[in-house]
Amino acid sequence: MKAKSPAFPYLVWMAVFIIVPLGLVVYFAVTTETGEFTLDNITHVSQYVSVIISSIWLAALATVICLVVSYPISFVISRAGFSRQKTMLMLVMLPMWMNFLLRTYAWMTLLENNGLINKFFGLFGIGPFDMINTQGAVVLGMVYNYLPFMILPLYSVMTKIDGKVIEAAQDLGANTFHVFSKVVLPLSVPGISTGITMVFVPAVSTFIISRMLGGGGNLLIGDLIELQFLGGSYNPHLGAAMSLVLMVIILLCMSIMNSFDSEQEEAMIL
Amino acid sequence: MKKAASRIYMLLVFLFLYAPIIVMMVFSFNESKSRTVFTGFTLDWYYKLFQNDVIISALGNTMLVAVIASIASTVIGTAAAIGIFAMNKRLRSFVLNVTYIPILNPEIVTGVSLMLLFGFIGLNLGLTTLVLAHITFCVPYVILNVMPKLRQMNISLYEAAQDLGCSPVRAFFKVVIPEIMPGIITGFLMAFTYSLDDFVVSYFTTGATSQTLPIAIYSMTRRKVSPQINALSTLIFIAVLLILLLMNIRDARAYKRASQNKKGDSL
Amino acid sequence: MKKLLSCILTGVLAFGILPIFSYAAEADYSRFEGQGISLNVYNWGEYISNGEDDSLDVNAEFEERTGIKVNYTNFASNEELYAKLKSGGTSYDVIIPSDYMIAKLIAEDMLEKLNFENIPNFEYIDERFKNPEYDPANEYSVPYMWGVVGIIYNTSLVDEEEAQSWDILWDSRYIKDILMFSNSRDAFGIALKRLGYSFNTTDPEQLNEAADSLKEQKALVQAYVMDEIFDKMTGGEAALAPYYAGDFLTMSEDNPDLAFAIPKEGTNRFVDAVCIPKGSKQKEAAETYINFLCETEIALANCEYIGYSTPHAMAYEKLDEETRNNLVAYPGDEVLANTETFVNLPDEASELVKNLWTQVISTNTGDNKWAVPVLLLLAIAASVAINLWRRHKKKRDEALY
Repeated sequence: MKAKSPAFPYLVWMAVFIIVPLGLVVYFAVTTETGEFTLDNITHVSQYVSVIISSIWLAALATVICLVVSYPISFVISRAGFSRQKTMLMLVMLPMWMNFLLRTYAWMTLLENNGLINKFFGLFGIGPFDMINTQGAVVLGMVYNYLPFMILPLYSVMTKIDGKVIEAAQDLGANTFHVFSKVVLPLSVPGISTGITMVFVPAVSTFIISRMLGGGGNLLIGDLIELQFLGGSYNPHLGAAMSLVLMVIILLCMSIMNSFDSEQEEAMIL
Repeated sequence: MKKAASRIYMLLVFLFLYAPIIVMMVFSFNESKSRTVFTGFTLDWYYKLFQNDVIISALGNTMLVAVIASIASTVIGTAAAIGIFAMNKRLRSFVLNVTYIPILNPEIVTGVSLMLLFGFIGLNLGLTTLVLAHITFCVPYVILNVMPKLRQMNISLYEAAQDLGCSPVRAFFKVVIPEIMPGIITGFLMAFTYSLDDFVVSYFTTGATSQTLPIAIYSMTRRKVSPQINALSTLIFIAVLLILLLMNIRDARAYKRASQNKKGDSL
Repeated sequence: MKKLLSCILTGVLAFGILPIFSYAAEADYSRFEGQGISLNVYNWGEYISNGEDDSLDVNAEFEERTGIKVNYTNFASNEELYAKLKSGGTSYDVIIPSDYMIAKLIAEDMLEKLNFENIPNFEYIDERFKNPEYDPANEYSVPYMWGVVGIIYNTSLVDEEEAQSWDILWDSRYIKDILMFSNSRDAFGIALKRLGYSFNTTDPEQLNEAADSLKEQKALVQAYVMDEIFDKMTGGEAALAPYYAGDFLTMSEDNPDLAFAIPKEGTNRFVDAVCIPKGSKQKEAAETYINFLCETEIALANCEYIGYSTPHAMAYEKLDEETRNNLVAYPGDEVLANTETFVNLPDEASELVKNLWTQVISTNTGDNKWAVPVLLLLAIAASVAINLWRRHKKKRDEALY
């Protein structure tokens, strides 16, 4: 590696701002306040297993819902005429560019007991439903915020599926279901795996959605980590241990994902 | 039947995406502070928003950081992509894997690790740390956008330019850069977008003097809520809409021009 | 004749001296003019008169009079303030913690001693608030506001009789209609008082008992909040919420159905005071800010806007009859006798409370414990199966050629 390489500044940056901080996280996770080595922090994390399981469960739920909802949409958009495609894409991307917090906050207004949705049901005499401050609200918030992140990779992959392939399959006698399961689905797997990655990772580590829509009682692992650093239970060592556990979980999930998909070498980021 | 079904489905999804935003916009004109009962029309909250020093300075900070971070990360990222492209296979895959880390890592871990770093170095949290943090998570996006373009580029063009007498530097600027320019631009735009909307990393690396807009909004939502937030989201929505419309029009024009050229060629 | 002369002389002297005093005060404020100094002030949310609803904008007024810029940010609990200070990084110049937190900060040497020559207005603070328990030599803090904690309830949903006890917050008739404090000391305090223990107990058994009752309560709680409570109570989203007296007064202006009860088991009386954290680079400017907060008109504007009770003797004089006689803002002595202030707990007890609190809020009332390990195992099994199948297929394809 020559110093003349134009990548040199970046390599230095990478070392200082990516590798060293992660090293610090590991360091904080295995030391106490006085600096001695300990595995206590990591075992302490096991007290919060139910929170970790909750986070994974809700994130997985949100990811699956996103996938199921986005798949037909991406397909429809990818088959539409060129200019209509552009318009529809724009409509999908627009909420994504609006501030994340504002979008989550907007749902608070709708879901409250005296909120608009309950008022709407009230018109029909259906009693007010408990919507906000539940796990369901958190999943809803996740789906709402990350839906465009699932639509875009799926769309990007589906545009590459030549219409003629589908026509050929239909000519050969495949009904809609077979066309879908034997042609479209296998060809869209790279998009599915990118989409799942782009939704699951932020969903499992979010902390704003659970606080604003979950009522502060449905904690996720992101909330716990935030509590240890800038919240009420200041303990950076425990927080670092939790971050370590979170990273390991994500690594595990990613490698499971990768084993489903052996063909691509690089993730497709938009 | 199928078409109607898919149309209805699309409508439902778009309704789902836009309902909260539209509700926010409607209530930004509400006379009372209520978020659910509309009492009267007023522009008061917009006036108050423009006088709100905290929001205005937060907006300024956000734009400043986004511009600096995206320009810096584009420069560093493009240089890095070129350097990585020229590396041997093992080193390249190592560097690329590390580059992926800020993208694949949950934002909260990136934020926390950077906060620990700044504490370790003893750097006070403020505008500097904010910019450094933003550059850190923006550069990978630039690299990922420039690399494919480098791969698509025909390396013989670069060599041909040198054969024709250009110095390597000149050949670089006259041949390579124009070829990868689309990737650079896309990378720059992505970096700008991610920096503008970033909340989690900023939350851990910002100080009292350099609040960004998302953080200012977060503190607003934790207290007694004012419809100023609604006014703010309406304005942001309109701004984003305008930008996307402009981009669309520009693309449509370029497409028209390209198709007209094609027609001209075929004649 | 002599008497008249001396009267006139006194009158002239008095009127002559008064302007000198106010001029002296004015001169003090303008000495920072043009230096481009800025102060980082860290305060509770909704805790200063900020210009809304025709009130005085204290920070803007300060900036105008002194030329010092104020960067005003908020925290939601004492523990959050502590975390921000401990993690280093941000340097604040003025902070406004509560009594027990000040004691903790003093013990950990995280506060600067105040130079009271820069805070002449300190003399206006009522004697009862000087040299408090948490700052016995009164070297580090200047009292800002005080108040009590009580139950805010919606009279159309809750009976007045029943609201006089902390028990009502555990009443299953109000399931999901109860809001609760989102910080450890306040929440534990309520649970402990309800069980008949002291706020400041260090007995692990008692603390664990309190934690268990909080976990029991969790199924009934709609949300754990601090300032989000304003919108929820005024909007009628919840029926019951423990909170601070001053905030109740603010809320009741927007929702006349609300009432305040001080439970018979006893409650918390708190004092919030202004301090300067160690390492502040603008100590003198910060002291000027503190002095400004103690100006009578400023203290009056603050306590009128936020509704809390003022320790400022002159401001108290200037309040109208109604407010001074308001038993919520200024409870009678018998009520105050039944209150307890928080004290900084020793390290071990502090750690225990912190851990128990994290456990309480992360307890999940919905149980999907079995779902995820099963899913994980399925996923691993599936990926192994697919890999084996692929390998098998490859072998079979190769065999064909």
